[in-house]
Parts: sequence; structure tokens; C-alpha cells
Amino acid sequence: MDLSLLLDPFQGEMLPVGDWSQSLIDWLVINFRDVFQALKQPIDFVLTGLETVLRGVPPTILIAVFGLLGWQVAGARVGVIAAVCLFLVGAIGAWPHAMTTLAIILTAVIFCIGVGIPIGILASRSDRFEAVLKPCLDFLQTIPSFVYLVPVVMLFGIGNVPGVIVTIIYALAPIIRLTNLGIRQVRADMVEASVAFGGNPRQTMWKVQLPLALPTIMTGVNQTIMMSLAMSVVASMISVTGLGQMVLRGIGRLDMSIATTGGLGIVLVAIAIDRVSQGFGRTRRDRGRRQWFETGPVGLLRRLMGIGRDAPDPRR
Amino acid sequence: MTTSRSGPAGRATGPEGDPFGNRASAHVECRNVWKIFGPNASKAFEAIRAEGLGKDEAQRRFDCVIGVADVSLSIRKGEIFCIMGLSGSGKSTLLRHINRLIAPTAGQILVGGRDIARLDAKGLQTLRAKTIGMVFQHMALWPHRTIQDNVAYGLEVRGVDRATRRKIAAETLEQMQLGGWDRHYPDELSGGMQQRVGLARALAADPDILLMDEPFSALDPLIRSDLQDQFLELADRLQKTTLFVTHDLDEAIKMGHRVAIMKDGAVVQVGTPEEIVISPQGDYVERFVQGISRLRFLSAEQIMQPLGAAPAPEGSRTVRPTDRLGPIIDAVRAGGGCAVVRDNGRPVGKITYDGLLHAIRSYSPGAGPSATEEE
Repeated sequence: MDLSLLLDPFQGEMLPVGDWSQSLIDWLVINFRDVFQALKQPIDFVLTGLETVLRGVPPTILIAVFGLLGWQVAGARVGVIAAVCLFLVGAIGAWPHAMTTLAIILTAVIFCIGVGIPIGILASRSDRFEAVLKPCLDFLQTIPSFVYLVPVVMLFGIGNVPGVIVTIIYALAPIIRLTNLGIRQVRADMVEASVAFGGNPRQTMWKVQLPLALPTIMTGVNQTIMMSLAMSVVASMISVTGLGQMVLRGIGRLDMSIATTGGLGIVLVAIAIDRVSQGFGRTRRDRGRRQWFETGPVGLLRRLMGIGRDAPDPRR
Repeated sequence: MTTSRSGPAGRATGPEGDPFGNRASAHVECRNVWKIFGPNASKAFEAIRAEGLGKDEAQRRFDCVIGVADVSLSIRKGEIFCIMGLSGSGKSTLLRHINRLIAPTAGQILVGGRDIARLDAKGLQTLRAKTIGMVFQHMALWPHRTIQDNVAYGLEVRGVDRATRRKIAAETLEQMQLGGWDRHYPDELSGGMQQRVGLARALAADPDILLMDEPFSALDPLIRSDLQDQFLELADRLQKTTLFVTHDLDEAIKMGHRVAIMKDGAVVQVGTPEEIVISPQGDYVERFVQGISRLRFLSAEQIMQPLGAAPAPEGSRTVRPTDRLGPIIDAVRAGGGCAVVRDNGRPVGKITYDGLLHAIRSYSPGAGPSATEEE
């Protein structure tokens, strides 16, 4: 053996990982393109529906609805913050782009919840599954998001729907992790009590474990939303429209004005939906021991109509 | 209250044991129950069986912990059976075998004569929902459910309709003096009230058997004492077979018709509170009992002296041989310093101030038989 090869064994390619991945993706594209195209259908359906609604409804009405929703789930202060943020988005001239971005994010989050929560539940019930899943999630979270743009484009093409898919890949991990964690953190005697009174595993999950894990799960949803938003600029590289595209165009042309508008739009949307989505994780105790329908605009409406006054408090 | 209470099988069960003299009267029965925790439980069990391994040895060689070691118990219908031991003695583990929250490594659990290991999943759920109610140390009320939904959980999982559930929950809460709290949430109640809800939840399905895992130990002393009295009253009325786990011997003596003392997973003594306190078996139980006042078990029979030649003084009162200290003191005081013990009218002995004080002295906690310093 030649001494120079011994001292520097990396002259040739020892592990041609690049070639392997190329072959794999080629093989997938040739044999399974139809499958991947079919996977786009449900995402396309949801995305189109959401985008039509968000861009079709007049901004004033949408701002009002969003403000009221924020008030209902997280209190008046958050309602005002959400409405003001959205108003500013419109004021800086980013409204249509923001609505496209919002539609993409909401679609990604819906699918993340639909896939992530069941996986999280499974992980919480099986230590073995959790042990297999953990390194996969670590991998998902450490791999730079640019890396999977290529295979996604090869398999799904470009545009908003593939954009939703990369966003799902990027934002899926926290909801799985926090669902698993939330269920595992439920006090053991709460679960034991359910079993001791004859609850089967399904009843114990739905009536005890999931409700008690809900605040943690909602933290996961919030994280997923924030990560989806962070993905919007990266996703614009595969022709995803919206606020991210404004930023990307700004970078390409060194156009400060359009980059600022897009960037500020992302920040404002982020603040609005972060605050509102955090409100969904509030427990009854956080609301001052009142049911959700006793607070916010619904509570106000009920009080105005005189509903719900028939149950006297035994302490008074 | 304890002394006047009579057990379903009668308090006067001597050392000969079960007054019915057969096993059929056993409502809950453990036969040679073992529970070994750890990855190599079955191997460890074989070694323990074959070589008589101790707990340290089992820990070292097999990384296993002995939870329950060869426990055989027979609990009668309607009896309050206390399982007393320090933490780590296996008492809560043993309790969880009765509704199979924990499956034994070896041995059998019989409830109403049926081996519960033979039940399928459905049968086991029915047993837990209908036949056995459980109360937990830290209440374990679900904070997201209203009081009525907590209480009616066992009915809910069995598919009982909402109206019936609410009605039963309201009745059960009423019984626990918690009427009107139905729609509130656990965090709005004090600790004592929460545990009454815990008890209502256990009683809602009208089970035959109650499992109570240190139910009152998380409460402060006055509330604990109140709840103990309340439970005893309730137990007298409902006559449920109760397994009551506690680490407090005073509580075990107050609550139990019989008491089992556990140490390192094994039962070291079973008996009536009186038997445990008056004749503890072995150093371990003796050490426990030292701090306990035996006065409550003192009867006229034990204190009385022979009548002697001299007749009882004028105006002396009469007590029965089984009377406890309170009535005796009243009788001695009212009778001018002397009371006559009569068994069915026939005088069998007398009790004087002197005899009374002597008995109290020797039965007080920590008093050795020769503790007099009259040198």
C-alpha cells in the first residue's frame, strides 16, 4: 500500500453517500411518483379551501373575528394584541401575502396535529416505540431544513403544496415530543384511579390522560405553529408564495423596502397567532375557575341574554 | 367509640381464629402471594424459593426488590381489616393485588371465592367498577372533572346513562355531607372535603369491598380524626368489607376489627387490636406497641381483685367483667372507692381505687412491670 494513501485515506470517495441518495431518489421518483402525487391531494384540498376563505373574506371582518377569538381563548388583552397586529400587517401593505402564508401555516399545522398527536400517544404507551422514535425526531430536528428541499422538489414538485410538505417535516417533531411528554407526566395515581374504577385503556386515555396532558400538548401545537412560520422564508425557495417570498425577493434584489415589509409581516403574524394559540392551553384554573363559555365574548353574550344564572353557588 | 363497637364476626375472636371455622366466610383471600419487582423476577423468585434468599441478597444478585413475600390472609365479609407497616413494607403493594392493579409473581387472590387471575379484561373491569371501590392516599381526584363526574366515573365507564349517574352521584355526595357541591371542581374543596369526595367515588357503585390506601394520612390531625370517626360510623351502617392500609398503629387500632402487621413484604402478626397490643409477637411488633396506650383494652376482669372476706362497702356500684376503663372509673367514684364486678349477677371480684391506679400504672405506655422506684 502506498504511503500517501495511508496518510490521507480520503483521496478517493470512501462512502459515496451522495451517489446512494441520488440513486434512492431516482428510484423513488421512477417507481412511486404516483403515490407522492396522490399524497398531495388532501393537502391541496385543505390549502385551497383555507386560502380561498382567508383571501376572500374582507380584512376588517377577519381582523374582528381573529380579535374575538383571541379574547375568547386568552382574554381581552390578547384579543386586542392580535387585532392590532393583523391591522398593522394590512397597513404595511402585506395583507394578501400574509393571508397566503397563514393558509400554508394553518394547513401544515392541521396535518402536524393529525399525524403528530397519534404518534405521540403511541410513543407514550410503548417504551420501545419511544426508544425508536427519539433518534428519528433528533435527526429531524438537527438536519438543516435546506437539505430536504431537494428530495421534496423531486418527489412533489414546486409550489405551495410542496411548501406545506416541507413545513410539516420541519415542524412535526415538537408536537410528537410534547404529546408524549405530556401524557407521561400525568400523575401516576390519576391514571391508577381510572384503572381502579374499571376504565379500560381507551377510556383512561380519553377521559384522564389526554385532558390532563392538554396544556403540554398545546405547548407543542404552539411550538409547531412557530416553527411553521419560521419555515416560510426557506420554503419560498421552492416557489412558495406569501411573506417569505417577499423576503426572498428582497434578498435577491437587495431591495430593502420589500424585505422589510415581508419580514415585519412575518413578525406581526407570529405575535398574533402565538398569543392566540397559547390561549388554547389554558386550564380552567387559569381562567379563574370559570368554564370557557363563561368568559370572553361568549360569556358576555350569555350574560346579556341572561343564560346560566340558574345554578346557585352552595357557598353563598 | 372503638371499644363499644362490635365487629361483624364479633370482637371476641380468640386466638383460635375464625369463629365461623371455615374458609367459605372469607370474602377476600390471599393465598401465598409473592410479588417480586425487577427484570429477572421469575428467576429471583425461584432462587428465593429454593435457597431462602433474603431481600439484600435478592437485590444484589438479581437486581430485584421483594414487594410481597408469601402473604396469606383471609378477610371476612363486613370486616375492617387494617394492614399496617412502615413505608416500604409492601402494604400498598399488597392492597393493589386485590383489584389486580398489580399482578402477583406467585400465589392466588380470591374475591368472593373466585380467583381473579382467571378473569378476562372485561370481567376484571367489571370487578373494579362494581365490586371494589378504592380510596387513594393523595385523593387522586381528577382536576378537570366536576365533583359529580369524579364520583360517577365508575358508572360512566360502565356505560350508565348520564341522568342516572348524576342522581347516584348526588345521593352519594349527600351521604358524605357534600350535597350541593356536584358541579364544582376538586380544587375548590379543602383537603378533608376532597377525601370525602374520594370516599364518595369509591362508594358510588355500591361495591362490596373497599380498598383504602392510607386515605387519611395526608390530612392534618383534627380533620383526620373527624374523618376516621365519620368513616367508622359509615362502616357500621354499610358493612363493607374494608382493607385499610395505614402506617399509623394508632389508626390501625382505632379503625380495624383486625390488624395485620407487615415488615419487608411479609405479615409478621395478624390479630385483633387487643391481641396485637396486649400480646405482641416478636421484637418488631413489640417495639411498635411500646408507644401505644393499652388502657383502652383494660377490662374489669383484668383489674379486679378477689372479693375477700370483707363485704363490699355500702352503696358500692356494680360493673360487668367486660366493662372498660371509663365505666369502671365512674362506678368506683360513685360507689365511694369500691365497685363490685358481677358476672350475670354473681359477684366475682372487686375494684378499689388502689387496684385501679395500679392497673393504670402498669398499662400506661412505656411502663415496665417493675418501674416503681420505691427503694
